Amino acid sequence: MSARPVLAALAASLAAVVVVGGCTSTATPQGAPGQPGPITVSASDTACDLSSATAPAGTISFTIRNAGSKVTEFYVYGAGDRIIGEVENIGPGLTRPLTVEVPQGGTYTTACKPGMVGDGIRAPFTVTGNAAAAVEGDAALAAAVQGYQRYTTSQTEALVAKTGEFTEAIKRGDVPAAQALYPVSRTYWERIEPVAESFGDIDPKIDGREDDERDPGVEFTGYHRLEKDLWVTGLQPDSAAMADRLMADVRDLQGRVGTVSLTPLQLANGAKELLDEVATGKVTGEEDRYSHTDLWDFRANVDGSQAAVAALRPVIDQRDPVLGQTLDQRFAALDALLENYRSGDGFKLYTELTPDDTKKMTEAVDGVSEPVSQVAGIIAA
Amino acid sequence: MSLRGFTRRRLLGAAGAGTALVGAGVAGGYLAGSAAEPDPPAQAIVPFRGVHQAGIITPAQDRLHFVALDVTATGPILRQAVVALLKRWTTAAERMTAGAEAAPGGAVNRNPAAPPTDTGEALDLPAASLTLTFGVGGSLLDKLGIPRPAALADLPPFQRDQLDPALSGGDLCIQACADDPQVAVHAVRNLVRMGFGTTAVRWSQLGFGRTSSTSTTQQTHRNLFGFKDGTNNLKAEDTAALDEHVWAAPTDGAAWMAGGTYLVARRIRMHVETWDRTSLTEQESLTGRTKGTGAPMGATDEFAPVDLGSPLIADDAHIRLASASSLGGVRILRRGYNFVDGSDGAGHLDAGLFFLAFMRDPQRQFVPMQSALARHDRMMEYIEHTGSAVFACPAGLGDGAYWGQSLLEA
Repeated sequence: MSARPVLAALAASLAAVVVVGGCTSTATPQGAPGQPGPITVSASDTACDLSSATAPAGTISFTIRNAGSKVTEFYVYGAGDRIIGEVENIGPGLTRPLTVEVPQGGTYTTACKPGMVGDGIRAPFTVTGNAAAAVEGDAALAAAVQGYQRYTTSQTEALVAKTGEFTEAIKRGDVPAAQALYPVSRTYWERIEPVAESFGDIDPKIDGREDDERDPGVEFTGYHRLEKDLWVTGLQPDSAAMADRLMADVRDLQGRVGTVSLTPLQLANGAKELLDEVATGKVTGEEDRYSHTDLWDFRANVDGSQAAVAALRPVIDQRDPVLGQTLDQRFAALDALLENYRSGDGFKLYTELTPDDTKKMTEAVDGVSEPVSQVAGIIAA
Repeated sequence: MSLRGFTRRRLLGAAGAGTALVGAGVAGGYLAGSAAEPDPPAQAIVPFRGVHQAGIITPAQDRLHFVALDVTATGPILRQAVVALLKRWTTAAERMTAGAEAAPGGAVNRNPAAPPTDTGEALDLPAASLTLTFGVGGSLLDKLGIPRPAALADLPPFQRDQLDPALSGGDLCIQACADDPQVAVHAVRNLVRMGFGTTAVRWSQLGFGRTSSTSTTQQTHRNLFGFKDGTNNLKAEDTAALDEHVWAAPTDGAAWMAGGTYLVARRIRMHVETWDRTSLTEQESLTGRTKGTGAPMGATDEFAPVDLGSPLIADDAHIRLASASSLGGVRILRRGYNFVDGSDGAGHLDAGLFFLAFMRDPQRQFVPMQSALARHDRMMEYIEHTGSAVFACPAGLGDGAYWGQSLLEA
């Protein structure tokens, strides 16, 4: 589970182009040539008025002005509430731009969220026609996306299978088996987490932590709730029901993953965000605070990052051959370091690590994160 | 591949080689705004290249960010990785000391999908007299299989040392001094970032309120004990004394260090709460100087010669033990800073003096000085040495040279 800023960054990457100057109020984004100027959004505490509820496919620019008294947010959602773009923290009186790339025509949803809570004030938004996506006309990029989509599909299948075994063990009260399966089932989730997080509502259900902020009425569910049952409180009367809910949410994810069309930029940013997850959640032992199986997640995040980079490698090698070599060296160093912490079929527990161990891990993650952060700029160029 | 993609790709490739094209190429419509470098401010720029490295006899700036790094690269790529990084560091350091971004168009380079190549927090700030001074630890020479100069031997243990290995040593160091803390922090942050994968930070120290004057143009500042510190320091204007005590000569044993100097860094925690409960008489007796003017006990002028024959200066006064005449003529160039690293969890300031001193041979200069102080100085009751490191700081750079070139291409 990532903090909101990571999610926001991801949303920006999903927008396929960029959220332009989200923190300035003066820059006015330009529409693509031949397109009208930005659609103005007048947000108040009770209304969300767009100057147009339709736009041609391609780059769509919005200018959101908060005329209300509460801090607000503006979202563009695709099918299944997938976030296409968002601007957060628009203070009263402020104007913020948002630019999204929507190559596919169809019905989308816009929303203002005064007070930054709940589903917001929603309205349908129609995108007409179809525009060329970044991958069109570039076989290498198209192949990268296809390759990575096969990866997410296969990982999601394994996620459903292993989470099935995990939740069955809980339902029959077999705590040792469930404890053994917990980090294994999470591996598949952690490998594709940025894709899963692109569905804003799924990540909190599956991977929310106990102290995360939740909208009113939303319960603490998912892996970490069951982790607590298994390692801290013992199985609870509702543990079996929680297991069923996790299973249903994972199946829901599987259904939606098949419908996502990824962009090359999403792969690149996903690769970086998986390493950010390692740096902020796994190296610190925060993620699996009850089971201390953080190194399984660590390995899985790195796997997922490597898979996304590997899919993009032909493009990277075309455009910056030195970067590819650097990525190989740094991933190899991180792999070698992690191998030192193998234990049986898995890894040592976080509680068995010394400060020197975590320092070495941090150094290796920094070493690989820096070149990985360069990939998106190269892909977008 | 579209024509558009092809063009941008070529420009990005060029950017990888460090040209100024990326800002222009990726900017597209922003060409005019980002292609031109901002004019460096006219004042407060300390030349980066010269006979000696800047930041040693440069009039001491008010702020410090010091960082010690370990080289994490190993094996056959070690030397090549270090050379590549030092070249990148040199380019960025020269730019930043001139008030520019770490890379051209770095902070707002307008490729929205790429992280900016400069972190941006020094944008619009002047150069602020920024100096970046580079040093090499003996441990790096060991890793590279280069013999250590005798002067770069590890320091022996001193009485009452409480050294924390996590605050000591390091393969490389960078001392950033500036009139503005944000400028110094920005410089270190960007250099550290460039090093990820080749180097990792071992420890770092922020400092404020310089505790030495390195030029006759400067007043003597006070340390956190409230006393003027460094009155009798070597000064930039006394070139004969610098040649004798600070700059390594070609005959000193390591040709690559000619014109360089050795840096001793010591993190000295001060127990300020107990010091503050000590009478003024005792404080002045321990120090050997008056608190008000900083003059030696019995004198009224700060710069009055210290009369070690005077009974007013106690046998174990700091001023007596640290004086050149008590130490057989040994002198050093001090360039320390005060530090406060918040509180220690027990409600006491985690504060003290970050002692930095440059000298020709630490074994001959710092070691006897610190041995005498550690054994006899009553001020030791109020202080604790918690970190320690020695670095070799090679000579200044000529045109086109990079940090460490004299060492790595010897």
